[in-house]
Amino acid sequence: MSKIHEAFARARSENRAALIGYLPAGFPTRDGAIECIRAMVAGGVDIVEIGLPYSDPVMDGPTIQEAVDISLANGTKIVDVLDTVKHIASDGTPTLVMSYWNPIERLGVDKFAAEMAAAGGAGVITPDLTPEEAAAWNVATDSNHIDRVFLVALSSTNERIATVAAETTGFIYAGAVMGVTGARTSLSGAVQDLVARTRQASDLPIAVGLGVSTPEQAHDIAQYADGVIVGSAFVNAINAGGAQAAQQLAEQLSVGVKRS
Amino acid sequence: MSNDSVVVPDTLGHFGPFGGRFVPEALMAALDEIDDAFHKAILDPTFIAELNDLLVNYTGRPSPLTVAKNFSKYCGGATILLKREDLNHTGSHKINNVLGQALLTKRMGKTRVIAETGAGQHGVATATAAALFGLECVVYMGEEDTRRQALNVARMRLLGATVVPVTTGSRTLKDAINEAMRDWVANVESTHYLFGTVAGPAPFPELVREFHRVIGKEARQQMLDRFNRLPDAVVACVGGGSNAIGIFHEFIPDAQVRLIGIEAGGDGVETGRHASTITGGAVGVLHGARSFVLQDDDGQTVESHSISAGLDYPGVGPEHAYLHHTGRAEYRPVTDSQAMEAFQLLSQSEGIIPAIETSHALYGAMTLGKELGSDAVILINLSGRGDKDVETAARWFGMTE
Repeated sequence: MSKIHEAFARARSENRAALIGYLPAGFPTRDGAIECIRAMVAGGVDIVEIGLPYSDPVMDGPTIQEAVDISLANGTKIVDVLDTVKHIASDGTPTLVMSYWNPIERLGVDKFAAEMAAAGGAGVITPDLTPEEAAAWNVATDSNHIDRVFLVALSSTNERIATVAAETTGFIYAGAVMGVTGARTSLSGAVQDLVARTRQASDLPIAVGLGVSTPEQAHDIAQYADGVIVGSAFVNAINAGGAQAAQQLAEQLSVGVKRS
Repeated sequence: MSNDSVVVPDTLGHFGPFGGRFVPEALMAALDEIDDAFHKAILDPTFIAELNDLLVNYTGRPSPLTVAKNFSKYCGGATILLKREDLNHTGSHKINNVLGQALLTKRMGKTRVIAETGAGQHGVATATAAALFGLECVVYMGEEDTRRQALNVARMRLLGATVVPVTTGSRTLKDAINEAMRDWVANVESTHYLFGTVAGPAPFPELVREFHRVIGKEARQQMLDRFNRLPDAVVACVGGGSNAIGIFHEFIPDAQVRLIGIEAGGDGVETGRHASTITGGAVGVLHGARSFVLQDDDGQTVESHSISAGLDYPGVGPEHAYLHHTGRAEYRPVTDSQAMEAFQLLSQSEGIIPAIETSHALYGAMTLGKELGSDAVILINLSGRGDKDVETAARWFGMTE
């Protein structure tokens, strides 16, 4: 069983959803990101998503855009992202990278997958790659034994969900809002329907992200999904109070993901 | 409109190895909806009649073909013909595509359009169509571009559009597209993204091309009717590449006609400060399609530089990448100062003030004419008028008080 599936299985056995935490590599600094991610894990994050900073993050709202700008201004390169993966994965934490497609294609699809595997990474989430364009990526991830995670959206038809589900490995990422990343005060009830529709198409764990920031939202989602993904809220916490604040948020969210 | 294109993208929008769709899953349904609406519309006689009526009676088509007798002497004596898209309503070729997409927006039952704009010509055209069709209109424009194209910002606001200055990244066209995509993802239910060039995810490169093909269709027929021959070369400026695709496309089967795209060379390609994506970039994915991109070794987009806001873009439409790949079209850079030289020469020899974007193509024709000699016949797409650029030009030539 993969590290990712082990983490979901452990959460399930504890009657809760898995908590998945996102942070861009190189934010607030190269070493600061490693420290903050370790604090998130200490606070209860089960699976880590490390963002690969990109110049044109069209899926991200202002919070993550600013964090990514800081990271790029710090000079973060792909090699630094892989080094961050190596540090976190060596702690035994299942670690994915979330990356827009162009940096992967530029480095080389095979090379990127191989270097992720060598760094101990568990998989890669690609928010602007759909299965239609993923033929080479499917081969590269299979041959390097890392997971590839595609997304389903509230606007996805059942036919498209089936297409995505057929190509995804690890888990399926269900977008909770139509829009970019960033904390929302309320989430649409349609996401529960999206998770239900996705369950019809796949036995993989389903994790819900985009707009999720509070323990209350995590609690609601945990009742019907296998994982809860939080990103911008960790960036906000770190901006306000550094690694300690990130750990406190993770502790609160890890209470939230318990099923009642 | 017809379906006899020589280069039709495949059903997933690929032009050979280029094009496709690299977008968030949330946008896939909307892109499918546009693709479906577009392909139905262009087979619907009602839609075609409505569009043609607008092109003739609102835009003022067909646009004339002007013989530039005086400018010819700067082009090695070659015969220079100008396809006058600057005489269209709103002052550039952009209106052709905008009217087509505005009609599509109505057919899809959407009530709001958003657009990106660089020079402001696409923004003005979109604001115009939105006023005509009663659509809410929001235009995203890089803050840097709102400064250098202030006249067009005022025009858009007078037409009732909301102009949002974009302050992220390089504050130019690239960042305006990023912001427009973020808006679209959040409002896709009510909103059509009225994309302004032949880039972006499928079906935009094909759709925008089809609405601009009228330029080349008219020009080719005008050549045959008046000169009983085809040109030796067709020259157009290329940022995203919409006016170039528009005039090139009808000539693609005419193998003897050279197709030459002129990219913005900024300070010179060798300085690294330029917007010559095909000449100086590498294959990559930006804004939803695979094409050439100005990027570093990590795949981060590199900022482009050009005096022309409309060409100041680090990407290019995938069909241009394909035409370069197959060798059917050639792409050359022209620098800021070369373009401004042509701007002045055309203004003072023909009484036509061209857009700075277009001036790149004019300089390209000056070089080409000298290469080909006085027997050559060169067709230039005069894609836009230069009223919006008077302030930039006056500063360039030291004419301000």
